[in-house]
Formats: sequence, structure tokens, C-alpha cells
Amino acid sequence: MARVFRSLPAALVALCAAGAVWGQEIGDAQAGAEVFKKCTGCHQVGQGAVDKIGPHLNEIFGRNAASHADYKYSKSMVRAGDDGLVWTAETLDAYIENPRALVSKTRMSFRGLKDAKDRADILAYLRIYSDNPSDIPEAEPTALATDHDIDPAILALEGDAEYGEYLASECLTCHRSDGTSDGIPSITLWLTDDFVVAMHAYKRKLRPHPVMQMMAGRLNDEEIAALAAYFKDLE
Amino acid sequence: MRLNRRLFIGTGAAAATTLAAPTVFAAGHGKPRVVVIGGGAGGATAARYIAKDSKGEIDVTLIEPTRMYYTCFFSNLYIGGVKEIDDLGHSYGTLAAGGVNVVHDWAIGVDRDTKTVSLAGGGSVPYDKLILSPGIDFVEGAVEGWDLSAQNAMPHAYKGGSQTELLKARIAAMPEGGTFAMVAPPNPFRCPPGPYERVSMVAHYLKANNPTAKIIVADPKSKFSKMALFQEGWADHYDGMIDWIGEDFGGGDVSVDPVAMTVTIDGEVTKVDACNVIPAMKAGRIAELAGVTDGNWAPVNAADMSTKADADVYVLGDAASQGDMPKSGFSANSQAKVCANAVRGALTGSKVFPAKFSNTCWSLIDTNDGVKVGATYEATEEKIAKVDGFISATGESAELRKATYEESEGWYTGITSDMFG
Repeated sequence: MARVFRSLPAALVALCAAGAVWGQEIGDAQAGAEVFKKCTGCHQVGQGAVDKIGPHLNEIFGRNAASHADYKYSKSMVRAGDDGLVWTAETLDAYIENPRALVSKTRMSFRGLKDAKDRADILAYLRIYSDNPSDIPEAEPTALATDHDIDPAILALEGDAEYGEYLASECLTCHRSDGTSDGIPSITLWLTDDFVVAMHAYKRKLRPHPVMQMMAGRLNDEEIAALAAYFKDLE
Repeated sequence: MRLNRRLFIGTGAAAATTLAAPTVFAAGHGKPRVVVIGGGAGGATAARYIAKDSKGEIDVTLIEPTRMYYTCFFSNLYIGGVKEIDDLGHSYGTLAAGGVNVVHDWAIGVDRDTKTVSLAGGGSVPYDKLILSPGIDFVEGAVEGWDLSAQNAMPHAYKGGSQTELLKARIAAMPEGGTFAMVAPPNPFRCPPGPYERVSMVAHYLKANNPTAKIIVADPKSKFSKMALFQEGWADHYDGMIDWIGEDFGGGDVSVDPVAMTVTIDGEVTKVDACNVIPAMKAGRIAELAGVTDGNWAPVNAADMSTKADADVYVLGDAASQGDMPKSGFSANSQAKVCANAVRGALTGSKVFPAKFSNTCWSLIDTNDGVKVGATYEATEEKIAKVDGFISATGESAELRKATYEESEGWYTGITSDMFG
């Protein structure tokens, strides 16, 4: 038992130990922590988690869709929230299985988890941070560590959005200006820092995609800043 | 004052200020006028970007004879049964709603002295800047025995639409165990991996519907785009079905008889049941009529795609002779944005940014087995020059190949939205 839970926050261990019954019903939180690594490029959960490329997931259970005041959701997600979509085990399961089946033009560039057990495990993991999110002092936010360290001077660059618009025309051969994603991720409405960090990670070949390594490879710091400035407001 | 783009870029902000008055270059007739001939990946994109970004300061007319545009890219997937023909069709309605004056007519002449384009339906259209994106036509006499009158018996299917449907129908009508032949084109030609993706998709269709059928490819080249990837895929998926005859084995010595339905390769006559002749190509004819071609193609300046012959006439895409970029829809779309930025700058004084080009060509070998090749390019004095590139590797995992195919579907949606709005 100790070996199994070695890597988990203490609170999670405690919950699992005490909650063997629901653990079986809704999935294995420990396994879910592993599966959740697919999500941490965009989502944080845990103490100190904040909205990044995707909204943070603390207290997701029972929350109305599109309810973080400062996060720029897709129009589709806002509409779903207005229509009364509430995140429950059932709706989250459907959303994670096939995001666009539930919210047709969501910006979440994720193909979906086909495996029902993987989904149940993730939900069990997320559930911890909904049941008692303020009571998990050991839990680090899951995605604070970015792809690499980046010079603060690069992050501080003020991008020229007009230049960004011209440069962006090259991105828009594949990526969609309306933020939809189909085989190619959405890049609109990203926080500037996330965008810059991601592009530099491609440039340094820390992120693996060969097309993006090539495209980012010839962009200089000002050009990346310009693109970030343009895409952050594109809707 | 005559606008020189290099000078313009070089002088930067100062020049931008002096050119700020928007109609300086509309020689006495109100708004400046841009005419675009050809509504494909180059022309539609250029028209859309100029109209969109000039916010009404430039009159943009697009001359394109067809009401619906059927993309040549992805047409092999229709032949393979992966896509429907309707998936490939796009109307010009959104472009028109976006401020482009769409004229469905044939451009039959360009008078560069009076700066007018004449139309088959009568009348003419004046321009300040003319953008030609006419795609390809075929070199007469390139394949012995074949001319355009034979394109019904032996379709080229290298322009999207009815020819694509015809070729598929011919393949579907093949008798059990019949023979499909392709005559592949010499370099340079539209979509370098295209013939070989087509061979893959024909094999994919035949494997499911006519598994004892054979495929012969007569090729005047000794190597082709993504060759190792295709040959690996053909061995893995279609073992024994495809006989590729390259230059070294007489693949360039070919003639066809569209009446007898025979193909003669290196002196050996073969009776075939369906035949796809893809002849040598040249720039779409209007480029030649405009007098901007040199040989088969129109030489252009890499910085803005203006022709060497006339600074007010631009050529995009397949028809251009520009340097290192392959002739592809992606390339045409990329060139169109550079050109649109330069043309708008020349006509309204908007900022002109340095040229950047890129291309990626995806190909589908079998269901969920996608591969890709791509590169980035920059403008030099001499040509569009390659900067960096990549290609899929042989032996990649099935998951990666599937992701690559899904990416190509995403690209298709992306580029067609970028072209048509």
C-alpha cells in the first residue's frame, strides 16, 4: 500500500484509504493522477492552481460550465453554460470522452479518452480537489512547471499585434482563426506567457512536433511576442 | 512615383508615413483596383486577404469560371473512398459576402499597356495590380497518343472536379483482375507526392473491391517525393499489386492509345482497363497570354511574387517559377499572403513585412497511415530559398501515422477556411 501511494499527496492517500467504497465506484484516483498527465499541458489542479491555457479544475464538480470570470471561454462553452450545463460525474465523463460531442466548438484541443476506466480514474482524481480543495496543503498545482525556463526579458517583450497579424497568416493555413480544433490544436485566446513559452519550447526542440519545430525555429523573440499579442485576443 | 518594394521595405517607417494617403496609387479613378484571376489556393486567398485587410480601401475582383471550387488536394482520398466528392466542393459565397467582387467568367486576355483584363463573356476589367493564379495546363504532345480529346477515355484527374469523378468511375468499372495504368509526369509538376498518393489510394480501393487487379506506373523519373515512405507503405499494405517502372527501366518511353486502351512502355504493349495520364505541365494559359511566362512558367521575384516581366502583375502558386517551393496548394496559399501584404502596402501605404513562406504536404498511404514532408522558405534576391525542412520517417508507429492523418484533415479544414472565409 505504501509503495502504491508513494507519489501522491498525503491528503489523497488519506481520502483513498478512508474511501475504498467510492474509490471502486468512481475510479482509481491514483491511476487518475497518471492519466491526468495528458491534461497538464493546459490545466492545473491543486492548491494554487490558476487558469492557464485551460481553466483550473479545482471545485469543478457541481460548477456551472464557463463560470471562471476571468477565463476566456469559447463561445460554444459560454453558450453551454448559459444553457445550464453543470459539471457532474456524468457530464464530465461525456465531455472527456469526446469534447466536441458535448460542446461542439470547444477550444479544448483534446481528442478524447475512449477508455471508460481512464475517464473514471481521472474523475476520481479531480473529485479530490472538488471535495476539499482548500484542505490539501501538500498538493502542488499540476502544471506550474512549464516546458523550460525562459528569460524574463523574453516574456516581458511587448508584441506588435499588427506584425503578429501578418505572421499569423502563416499559422492560419492549418490552425483555425475561430478557435475550433480538428486534428490541429486551437491557438486562440492563449495567455501571452503560455504562448511564448510554448513557441520557445518548439524552437528549442523540447516540444516534439516537427512542423511546429520548423515553424517556430525561424521566429525570433520579437516575432513570437508579436504572435502571442495577436492570438491572445483573437475570437 | 513608381513604387519599388525593396526600396519600400528598406526605408521602413519613413516611407510608410509618406505613403499614408490611401489613394495615391489609384491613378485618378477613386479606389485602387486589384484583379485576381483564378480562385484556387493562391487566388482565393489573395483576394480574401486583400479585401479583408484593406477594410474597403481596395476594390478586389476575382475572376473564376467555376461556381464551385473542387480542391485538387484531397481528391485522391475521394478516389480511395475515404472522402465524398461533396467534401471537396467549396462555393464562393462567403468570399463575395466578405467584399470580393466574384465574377464567374473566363479571363481570355490581358492588356498590360491599358491595364485591362478581357473576359470571354464580353467586356473588360481594369486593374492597378493584377494577380494571376491560374494553376496548370498541360504541355501539348507530352505523352504520345494523348491530347485533351482523350481525357475522357484516359482522364488526367489533375484538376479537381469532374475529372476526379471520371477517373474514379473508370476504376470502379474495371473488370475483376483488371489493370490500372498511370503515366506519371516529369518534373516540375503540381503536387509532387500526388501521383504516388493516388497510386496508394487506387490500391486501397482495389484491395477492397477488386483484390486481384494490378497497377502499373510508367514514370519518366528515377525518384520521387517521399519515395522511401511510399515504397515501404506499398510493400506493407499492397504487396505485389503495384509495379512502378521508373526511368531506369524505360518508364519515360511511353505512348498510349486511348481507342484501343493500350499503354506501350519501353516497347511493350499492355492492354489496360483504366488509365490515368498525367502529362507534363505548364502555367495556366492566361499567364502565357499575359506575356509574363518564360518557357513553361512565369518567373517571379521572391520578395512579393511580382513577375520579372511586369511589376504590376503577380503570379502565385503552380504557375510561378519561384525557386525551391514545391507546386502545392499550401505553397500557393503561403505565397498569396506574402503577395497580399505587398500589394496592399503598394496601393494603400500599409506596412509591408518581410516575406516568409512555408509548405507541408501530407499524403495518405492507407487508412490512418499518413505521412508528411515540409519546409520553410525565405526570399532572396535570386529566388525563394529553402531554410529548413523535415520528412516523416520510415517505420513510424501506427499511432503517429494516425495522428499525422488526423492532422492533415485539420489542415484541410484550416486551409479551405483560410481560402474561402
